Amino acid sequence: MKLFLKFDFNTISKKILESKFNELNLEYKIVGFGEVELLKNLTSEEYDALKDSFNDYGIKIVENEKSILVQKIKDALIDMVFNEDTNVNVKSSVYLSEKLGHSYGYLSNLFSEVTYSSIENFMIIQKIEYSKQLLLNTDLTLTEIAFKLNYSSVAHLSTQFKNTTGITPSAFQRIIFKRRDIAQQKTK
Amino acid sequence: MQNEYIYLILADDDKDDRLFFTDAFSELKINTKVNTFNDGVELMNYLNKEDSLMPNVLFLDLNMPKKTGIECLIEIKANTKMSGIAIVIYSTSASEEDIEKTFVLGANIYIKKPDSFKKLKKVLSEVVSINWQYHTNSLNKDNFLLRL
Repeated sequence: MKLFLKFDFNTISKKILESKFNELNLEYKIVGFGEVELLKNLTSEEYDALKDSFNDYGIKIVENEKSILVQKIKDALIDMVFNEDTNVNVKSSVYLSEKLGHSYGYLSNLFSEVTYSSIENFMIIQKIEYSKQLLLNTDLTLTEIAFKLNYSSVAHLSTQFKNTTGITPSAFQRIIFKRRDIAQQKTK
Repeated sequence: MQNEYIYLILADDDKDDRLFFTDAFSELKINTKVNTFNDGVELMNYLNKEDSLMPNVLFLDLNMPKKTGIECLIEIKANTKMSGIAIVIYSTSASEEDIEKTFVLGANIYIKKPDSFKKLKKVLSEVVSINWQYHTNSLNKDNFLLRL
């Protein structure tokens, strides 16, 4: 016996999307064919999980090449900030262009175009974020943190912290510790 | 990028402030979608509705009738569905006490309303671009504090 099937791709795709989003517990709205609006932003883990589970059905999330290269720049920069083994004497411009095989000028323009921010600014944000983590989760003093992150002096880190966040490192620490105290009182 | 625009909401009872706000964003190069509410009750009704799109950034005026910015802030922070929203306090007051209090309650950014349109644009573009950094680089939002 032979069956002849007619497919309604629209309905099929919709059903698959529905079941996948429900599986991952994500709230969504289907905007049009091939376009979905999520009601909240995904963490990168959720995003990867979604990408993987779509892959089984031949559904690909469209990413553009520029964004991918920008992601590589970011990964390389983060590696420079967080990984203490990376040679600190190499300038970030040299490091990037050697690692990614493009001129620094090209990379830097592309980066600004896609992220609305500059590579230098990105580096500063990353370093300040790292110093926040260290302030909250270790016993290191600000001086030790400045040394660890290759700042020329503690004053330099302190000024950059204040310029980037609008508050001083010690006010930052005080606010977060107060938040934690309140959160702890609630759970008691 | 996961989405190419930033969705912003402002809750403010002052009509002029709402107007300046939407105008300022229409002139920025970052893609934004802006929605405004006249008071805290309207805002919370929207956020609590099941099929509402959650904003990336929410600007809260502190002094609003019916429900104040602080009351909204506390409600939002208690709701896990709204945990991804970056909260900006947008106020005429710049008392150290208000600032520290709202930060401790979970606000991410504190802006004193600027006195000129030019400054407003500069400040708002700074907020959106730094929030964009947090959003696209999955930085820890719990440590996100900014005072402008």
